[in-house]
Amino acid sequence: MKEESLWYIFINASLINNFVLAYFLGICPFLGVSGKMETATKMGGAVTFVMLISSVCALGIHALLTAINAPFLQLISYIVVIASTVQLVEMFIKKMSPALFRSLGIFLPLITTNCAILGVALFQTSKGYGFVESVVYAMGAGAGFTLALVLIAGLREQLEFAEVPGIVKGTALTLFIAGILSLSFMGFAGLGG
Amino acid sequence: MNERDQHINATPSTDEFIKGLWRDNPVFVQVLGMCPVLAVSNTAGNALAMGLATAFVLLMSNILVSALRNFIPKQVRIASYILIIATFVTITDYAIQAISVDLHKSLGAFISLIVVNCLILSRAEAFAAKNTIGRSIMDALGMGIGFTFALFCLGAVRELLGNGSLFGWAVFPENFQAWIVMILPAGGFFTLALLLLGINAIQQKQKQAEA
Repeated sequence: MKEESLWYIFINASLINNFVLAYFLGICPFLGVSGKMETATKMGGAVTFVMLISSVCALGIHALLTAINAPFLQLISYIVVIASTVQLVEMFIKKMSPALFRSLGIFLPLITTNCAILGVALFQTSKGYGFVESVVYAMGAGAGFTLALVLIAGLREQLEFAEVPGIVKGTALTLFIAGILSLSFMGFAGLGG
Repeated sequence: MNERDQHINATPSTDEFIKGLWRDNPVFVQVLGMCPVLAVSNTAGNALAMGLATAFVLLMSNILVSALRNFIPKQVRIASYILIIATFVTITDYAIQAISVDLHKSLGAFISLIVVNCLILSRAEAFAAKNTIGRSIMDALGMGIGFTFALFCLGAVRELLGNGSLFGWAVFPENFQAWIVMILPAGGFFTLALLLLGINAIQQKQKQAEA
């Protein structure tokens, strides 16, 4: 494995290879809950939290599966861990803030099928990251996801007041914005060095 | 297999099949399963392979979910569906690796990520859990083909403009200046946005014509 500094891993996961804008992971919540700034921020927080937990669990599972020589169980066990973490977060939010629970709505249980989370677990396994690297990687990915979500939400709030032709409204418009954002994120490629 | 199933309950199941192709097309109309759609549609070949793999998983999981629909308790149904889907995705992953290592490399982690394709889970929950095996097969075939078709459209446009080729065969003359942006992530967003735009326009025209 090539020696990478932790700072580089973080920048790489959050900006250069942003999960939403470069890897296209987590597009469903990205299109779904990016209408309002407040929901977007909280969704980002929830996703980052699930990412962190599942990334640590995935590390343990990978070690265990390698030990008992059963790599074909990897995918199934990862998804089970993610699903249970999401369930936990859901109960937690429901208890702590019913208002937030309502505003996230169907997208909360759908975090389970957020590809970004499974993506983090799979990528860190294939890159062979250790404990610290995995945590930093998951944090970077979560930060990048939140950043993309908040940026889009801000732009969409502004566009509420713009006059847009009827056929462009909705998903097509969001995708255009995402494309332009993705272009501008390519500028971060130079940071890699 | 198709014809026999269509024969058993003739009218309804052909409708199940056709709706996935256009009226309820998973990508263009329902906007489901976008991650693989955007991520692996940089060449037509990749897009087609991904579409077929997804269609296979969709078909198998729909069959199994429909067959077990009376045995799965309501409380744990989503978890059970995910387990069923994950099993078939693992099978597909190993099968693709056995067929072509190159293809497996170029699709990368996105084969494993079929597990979290919202399209498959939503068909299991919304259709297969409530319908007979025959109708679920038709639904899966329609949705699978519709998904593959949409993915192929996107992949073909991006490869044609971004690389000047189709399935790796050069189409345009040599002095064609490739639009690099189409191969990059941003190109995926733009192409899909334009396709959705076109479909919106067509559907509005149809509505106006009906009214």
